[in-house]
Amino acid sequence: MAAEATLAHENSSSNPWGGGKSPFGISWGKMMMWFFLVSDAFTFSSLIIAYGAFRHRLTHIWPTANDVFTHFPFVHDHLPLAYVGLMTFILIMSSVTMVLAVDAGHRRDNKSVAVWMGLTIIGGFMFLGSQAWEWYNFISGTPDGALKMPTGEIYRFPENAPSLHAKGIHAPDWALISPDHKVIEDKAEIARIKAVAQPIHGANLTDNEYGHPLFADFFFFITGFHGFHVFSGVVINIIIFFNVLSGVYSRRGHYEQIEKTGLYWHFVDLVWVFVFTFFYLV
Amino acid sequence: MADHKHETPHGYYTGDMHNQFVPEHYDPKNRGVIWRTFWILLVITIGEVAIAFTSLSKELLEVIFITLTVVKAYFIVAFFMHLKHEKMSLVYSILLPFVLIIYLIAMSLTEANYLNLWDNMFK
Repeated sequence: MAAEATLAHENSSSNPWGGGKSPFGISWGKMMMWFFLVSDAFTFSSLIIAYGAFRHRLTHIWPTANDVFTHFPFVHDHLPLAYVGLMTFILIMSSVTMVLAVDAGHRRDNKSVAVWMGLTIIGGFMFLGSQAWEWYNFISGTPDGALKMPTGEIYRFPENAPSLHAKGIHAPDWALISPDHKVIEDKAEIARIKAVAQPIHGANLTDNEYGHPLFADFFFFITGFHGFHVFSGVVINIIIFFNVLSGVYSRRGHYEQIEKTGLYWHFVDLVWVFVFTFFYLV
Repeated sequence: MADHKHETPHGYYTGDMHNQFVPEHYDPKNRGVIWRTFWILLVITIGEVAIAFTSLSKELLEVIFITLTVVKAYFIVAFFMHLKHEKMSLVYSILLPFVLIIYLIAMSLTEANYLNLWDNMFK
């Protein structure tokens, strides 16, 4: 009897870990989504830290992002950061529509949930399309490409190095840009490089006309892994969207499923904030 | 397990094995918080793109960009993912493991800088 009384006392509201209720005050579904996201964040952190480590090791020959990602649809000029800024805006915007869907779920307004979920899915597709275009430009490269030495060093042409121009360094168009971003104007040296170097175009997993191939490897792997997360998120959002349309959650009486999907979708946005900083800004 | 419906000012927890939160008193201020967070994120992002083209030193820009990234991450996690309003035990369970990530960053970058020195020693 005494033991039962003690147990009953421990189960009271004073001890959140006494059993019989959720100590974190959330459902197991949301808790496990959080812990999945923690583990996923560790995966992304490891990838970005590996990228950072190689970049610090090869800091003097690392490509400048503002020379690589300069394209904008229908604009022929070099526009670094504009396109990726737009992609970031699209993803933040779809995060907002997602959180508005969660908010509409709190009001149990089925129609608004469906509208905001639909807009979130459109935002997801827009982001995926933008990323495909970014990859296409990176893979196809510049019209003239670059020169690759038998030992692997990449010598670029001045018109493909707009970041030097932005710094006030003006190279004549017959010059070459060395792997460590210096202008080579010595005609004898240029002739010696051109005699042995092979022309390369664009970027893939072994060659990168913009500089060290590891830049391309990390770019493809990290933005690809993130893009795959976005794609999974869109698929999950579409399933939830059809559940909303068929009234699954209005019959259930609450919209917690939207919150769980929302957590995943915001996490994808969060990862992009870090990719944007470490691949494009710094 | 017994059914312990747990009331809060904004709704109730079902108290069954799913223990889902069912909001009852909707707070219209929520939407204001969402849009405020959106504007903060947008202004920071535009600001980042704008200062990338200034003549500030590379090192200073790196510090500014990484700080602003952490600020943006805070707003996404705290308001969009609602972590600010969860119980502190959950917040700590989620955030404390990232101490290991800070350690990994410090370790990897120290090693990388040393290898950079090593590579250039034999040139």
